[in-house]
Amino acid sequence: MTIWQGRGPAVVAGLAVAGLTLGPVAAVLWRAEGLGAPGPADWLAVRFTLMQALLSAGLSVLLAIPVARALARRRFRGRGALVALMGAPFILPVIVAVLGLLSVFGRSGVLNDGLGLLGLPSVKIYGLQGVLVAHVFYNLPLAVRLLLQAWLAIPSERFRLAASLGLTPMAMFRTLEWPMLLRIVPGAFAVIFVICLSSFAVALALGGGPRATTVELAIYQAVRFDFDLGRAALLSVIQLVLALCAGLVALKLGTGAGFGAGLDRAQQRWDGSAVLDAAWLALAALFLMLPLGMVVLKGLPGLALLGAGTWQAAGNSIAVALASTVLCIGWALPLATRRGEMIGILGIALSPLVLGTGLFLIVRPFVNPLSVALPVTVLVNALVSLPFALRILRPEAEAVRHDYARLSQALGLTPLAWLRLVLLPRLRRPLGFAAGLTAALSMGDLGVIALFADPDRATLPLQVYRLMGAYRMEAASGAALLLLVLSFGAFWIFDRGGRVNVDA
Amino acid sequence: MKTAITFAAGCVLASGALADTPVLTVYAADYIASEWGPGPKIEEMFEETCGCDLQFSPGDLMPRLLLEGGRTEADVVMGLNSDVTKKARESGLFAPHGVDLSPLTLPVAWEDDIFLPYDYSATAFIYDTTRLPNPPESFEALLEADDDISIVIQDPRSSISGLATVLWVEKVFGDRAQEAWGKLAPKILTSTKTWSESYGLFTDGEADMVMSYVASPAYHIIAEGDRTKKAAIFPEGHYFMVQLAAKIASTDQPELADDFMQFVLSEPFQTMIATGDWSFPAALPQEKWPEGFKELQIPETVLFYSEDEAADLRDKAIEAWRAALSQ
Repeated sequence: MTIWQGRGPAVVAGLAVAGLTLGPVAAVLWRAEGLGAPGPADWLAVRFTLMQALLSAGLSVLLAIPVARALARRRFRGRGALVALMGAPFILPVIVAVLGLLSVFGRSGVLNDGLGLLGLPSVKIYGLQGVLVAHVFYNLPLAVRLLLQAWLAIPSERFRLAASLGLTPMAMFRTLEWPMLLRIVPGAFAVIFVICLSSFAVALALGGGPRATTVELAIYQAVRFDFDLGRAALLSVIQLVLALCAGLVALKLGTGAGFGAGLDRAQQRWDGSAVLDAAWLALAALFLMLPLGMVVLKGLPGLALLGAGTWQAAGNSIAVALASTVLCIGWALPLATRRGEMIGILGIALSPLVLGTGLFLIVRPFVNPLSVALPVTVLVNALVSLPFALRILRPEAEAVRHDYARLSQALGLTPLAWLRLVLLPRLRRPLGFAAGLTAALSMGDLGVIALFADPDRATLPLQVYRLMGAYRMEAASGAALLLLVLSFGAFWIFDRGGRVNVDA
Repeated sequence: MKTAITFAAGCVLASGALADTPVLTVYAADYIASEWGPGPKIEEMFEETCGCDLQFSPGDLMPRLLLEGGRTEADVVMGLNSDVTKKARESGLFAPHGVDLSPLTLPVAWEDDIFLPYDYSATAFIYDTTRLPNPPESFEALLEADDDISIVIQDPRSSISGLATVLWVEKVFGDRAQEAWGKLAPKILTSTKTWSESYGLFTDGEADMVMSYVASPAYHIIAEGDRTKKAAIFPEGHYFMVQLAAKIASTDQPELADDFMQFVLSEPFQTMIATGDWSFPAALPQEKWPEGFKELQIPETVLFYSEDEAADLRDKAIEAWRAALSQ
């Protein structure tokens, strides 16, 4: 009997996730009076969606391994900034990311300008390669942070022992790092795979058009143009099933025990090629920073054009982000188990459009949807961030339970004391990272608001879209920069808070 | 104490007045209700005379109305497009507008008793004269133009201007539509989800031409004093796009809704809408247009499918685009 793993909160939290995702699908299905039938074009979309998601997730994780390893074993000036930067791309609104990426990799982007100067032929971004570049840009940082966290969770005593035993770098990799990767990589892969499943605007723009048709586009068309809710429901169920398969496989593979408790000393490493590590870090930093830099550059002149409405929207976005973060972390803590993570992945597996439509159908008989625009946004942001929070929290939470539960039981700690004295302090680093990511995501997420938009309480991303829709591209770039700064600021504050007094 | 009583009495009076003021709820596409759209001006102008409170409710227009059905709170809607009105009409949610259509100055005949046009434009490729000094002079010439010209368009499955584009190609080239798309394909950099992404890519210099509207240059002329953005005018004609308002049959404010429909074609509204929505006013003679609009090149031929034709041809037109660009 382990009171620290009391089932009650976990069951409530799990039911809330299931209800909030399956409920809307059921509502849409009920309204549609049954599932639609997929056409041949839909199967093509499913095929492309699967292929790009597999490749994107695979590449992101694969490239993340050397980068995270380099970050784990090197200490250098600016390392903290680089680690923090790893949160930035993930939170860019889609439309901003598209323009930022294309100003680097596009036909007349920085890259092709540079190649032209060197007399080299230009590269064409539009196509599958473009989709992959964009998805890796979005998700490589997340993968790096997930792996880095696992790397740093290996107690430094293990590396000391390995070094004093004179293990070769290869042997050290086999005994310490490889088992860790086996445990962590499947989960990181799964969560990125699921994000990429519902990619739409980015895939379309960089994929060069109809060749890059994803399931999410078909859902959008079904809801917006055809009002064919049956087809939308069917397609979103297909998407859900794909996501759950990925989740199940990851759970099956990502098992194995951690390395046990250590003395929390800073890791010291004596292995590896410093030159190679530096090269990986420089490449990753360049790849991430160039598009971000373009967003900043383009946004600076626009900052002066922002009116009171935009600043008010920024205030709304901050309030939404903070509320979502509190809700998400409170939600994630009881769910930081294998089964909990499986349920949590539902949060990003469901098409935002179907989620929004379903919630609208559920809410509508009781209240005016406009009056709940912000609370619904908070709830949905928390729900959508949950899988990321869980992916970040679960490995460490499990390790803490594994390493300290018996001692705590022997000491007769109450559940509250366990939370306060053991779990939360030991989860500080992942908690900070999870909260930062949630806050940033919630600042940038537009997701389901289309049916709930409130004219007087717009959020910043909505404001960016509205400015662009009214030809005010320069002001929109300014608002996008403000959004980037706020998101990144929120991320940095939480993440930093989690790393204070910790050598990471 | 006295001030407190006065204040309290004031509050009671104010809330009483508020409760008595009838509310006209207008569902509108997001870009209309936004602070940079015509929404705030429409609200201000209509409230001057109506003795009511006009409230915009922005968002997805048709999905929301269809979800709500007869229980919708909307009294009036703004921002419907002629290429999707068939579904709207079939829903039976709308009532006749009852407005005299004789003041209309549209380039096509319009006799619809449900959907009332308030502004219009037409599809066009916009280019930058500094980057493309010699634009193609016809659609046919664009097909044959050098493949170095780069164009961004919108996906017809997710964007209304994208849908108008494929209908345009269908109307101009008919059975040759897929062949035409095939010739355009090497020039088309990408198709984006919405107009905004396309236009952003164009103003960033990534593309030489962007699929937009004949009236788009008016924004650059009036708001930025920039005369380098122009619409390439083709003798084959340009596809007509119109913005529509309609009255909801189940409205609890029928008189106000009727007043609003009359207001839509009134001169003050029509004078404002050109620079509010960056489109041509539906009922205003050309000599009364704002200065920047008078400078624009206007296509001589305007192409248009009725809503039944558009509905029938839609899938075929999209498929021609998809098949040609997927290769």
